[in-house]
Amino acid sequence: MVDSPAAQYALRMVNIEKYFGLVCALRNINMEVGKNEIIGLIGDNGAGKSTMVKILTGVFRPTSGELYIAGRRVDFRTYDVQHAHKYGIETVYQDKSLGEKQALWRNFFIGRQITNRFGFIDVRREKEIANEIMVNTIGFRGRGITVDSKVNKLSGGERQGVAIGRAMHFEAELIILDEPTVALSLKEVNKVINFVHGIKAGGKACIYISHSIGDVYEVSDRFVVLDRGEIVGNLTKKDVPTVKDLDDYLLEYSHGLKDKVD
Amino acid sequence: MRQLRSVLAFLRSIEGLPIAGVLAVMYLVFLLTAPTVFSRYPIYKSFFETVPAMLICALGLTFVVTAGEMDLSFPAVVAFAGFVFAWCFKNIDSPWAPWLGFVLALGAGGLIGYINGILVARIGVPSIMATLAGQFFWYGMTILLAGGLQMDIRAIRGTPIHNIFAGELFDTIPTQAIWAALLAIFLWFILNRHRFGEAITFIGDNANVARVMGINVERTRVRLFVMNGMIAAFAGLLLTMNMNVFFPTQGQGYLLQTMAAVFIGGTSIAGGHGVIVGSFFGAYIIGSLEAGVVASRISGYWVQLVQGMVMAAVVVLNIVIEERSIAKLSSRIRHWTVSSRNSHAGPGAEPGEVFSK
Ligand SMILES: Nc1ncnc2c1ncn2[C@@H]1O[C@H](COP(=O)(O)OP(=O)(O)OP(=O)(O)O)[C@@H](O)[C@H]1O
Ligand SMILES: [Mg+2]
Repeated sequence: MVDSPAAQYALRMVNIEKYFGLVCALRNINMEVGKNEIIGLIGDNGAGKSTMVKILTGVFRPTSGELYIAGRRVDFRTYDVQHAHKYGIETVYQDKSLGEKQALWRNFFIGRQITNRFGFIDVRREKEIANEIMVNTIGFRGRGITVDSKVNKLSGGERQGVAIGRAMHFEAELIILDEPTVALSLKEVNKVINFVHGIKAGGKACIYISHSIGDVYEVSDRFVVLDRGEIVGNLTKKDVPTVKDLDDYLLEYSHGLKDKVD
Repeated sequence: MRQLRSVLAFLRSIEGLPIAGVLAVMYLVFLLTAPTVFSRYPIYKSFFETVPAMLICALGLTFVVTAGEMDLSFPAVVAFAGFVFAWCFKNIDSPWAPWLGFVLALGAGGLIGYINGILVARIGVPSIMATLAGQFFWYGMTILLAGGLQMDIRAIRGTPIHNIFAGELFDTIPTQAIWAALLAIFLWFILNRHRFGEAITFIGDNANVARVMGINVERTRVRLFVMNGMIAAFAGLLLTMNMNVFFPTQGQGYLLQTMAAVFIGGTSIAGGHGVIVGSFFGAYIIGSLEAGVVASRISGYWVQLVQGMVMAAVVVLNIVIEERSIAKLSSRIRHWTVSSRNSHAGPGAEPGEVFSK
């Protein structure tokens, strides 16, 4: 099914809803991401950000609603992580992106190994490509890190570099970063931010989730505010010309909420 | 110094080397303590006959532990598969009866594994609980169906199936040892070079990572238990044919031995890291310790104590030779060499070179 007005979007959600048992994690989610747009997704703990990400990437099935990727409607009965990868959606999580005890080259290809028809892995080819990604995309050079290194020998920033490099290598149309900078040093946060700038420059789309408003503000074109499962704000950089304006907006919103409750 | 390091790195890269070394040292010790027994072939031949069934169980359990799960039901599968095979052999009047029994026994093992897998992966019962129940249930089922009696299948001697699975190659090497070795090689490739083995390893490392990276965690877990059920059934078949008799409690001594073989082999109890070669040699260590201690004419009361010591020593060895400990050790050695060099040649002797890297 083709959804013509949405064809200009990398992704569009219509009335997405998600219940965990009786708990409503997402409700009335209507949102789109432009083909070369960086969205900053903001919200408190438990607002539903990660749940939304998992629906987009095929880990969870929504209770109801529609999802269009590049204008094509997704069939949730068959939609899974592999389909999401095929449609060019890649995800970088804070801590769930890499197998800690496994070699880097395995981490690059997990879930989509290069195999022969019996399912045996072409180790040499995978290592070659992994090495290429490390040198060209990520820029690990002469740091004592090879494709055979175990992930748990890497710093937090290097790990995120690997996860992002992997996403870029597989030619993602949309990269989702769910709190990619938690527990990173300032220098390493900057690296991640540079990667996001690279996504924009490369003409791709991105959803960036972080509790650090400064970082979100720097990389994003538009901000979507999520609160208790609902979208309560949708602002462009014109609406909030400085990071202070965004901060004030969020403060005002939460105060308003408090007044209502009181 | 760098040379020593690269030699160590090279040795570390050979899978299962430390445990193979322990096995070699153990046989050397037995050669000294029981020279008449250990300098002749028959003792090794008897190991080749008695160890393979337990070894095969250890290969299967290696996958289960690597996936971060546990299977306590495999000894019962060893018994149940043996029953299915012996029953077919006794009750079906056809030259194909043992082959039918063979296939049905493997199928039964797969089915028991499937039930384990459904309980664990789909219903969410912790695997240690589900398979503990399974172990009681399937031993109970075996005893019930067999009427508590053993079955003599001596008539199977000399038939093709017996020659293949419990015969002797060139009249010297028991074929079950060859089957165990071939299966070990095959399963090494599955664990280290196949999509399925990689999925198992990632699930054991972190199931959430595996899931978000597109691995069907539940399906893989079900397949894992099915595979282990079939592997245990194969072990039961080899055991039954080797003994020429089925008895309803067969396999009961395997549980702790098999676990010991897997863990001294270096497979991580936390999951995410499986060492097939380690389990292979580990099984031979566990399987020949008792005979060696007895042959050394140490009182039988010592057997378990020595077993416990060897196991503990090997597990400690595994931890000590891990990368981090080696790095610590080599930095200490470097420290010594630096201080000795400084005391001999004075502080001017290229300290920068020593401290770089
Ligand atoms: N697998 C699950 N089963 C049941 N409830 C869940 C599950 N995953 C999330 N939830 C619930 O859904 C709500 C949204 O959680 P989610 O993880 O999406 O929040 P978040 O915005 O990512 O928060 P954070 O900033 O802390 O990461 C929470 O109330 C959470 O308890
Ligand atoms: Mg989250």
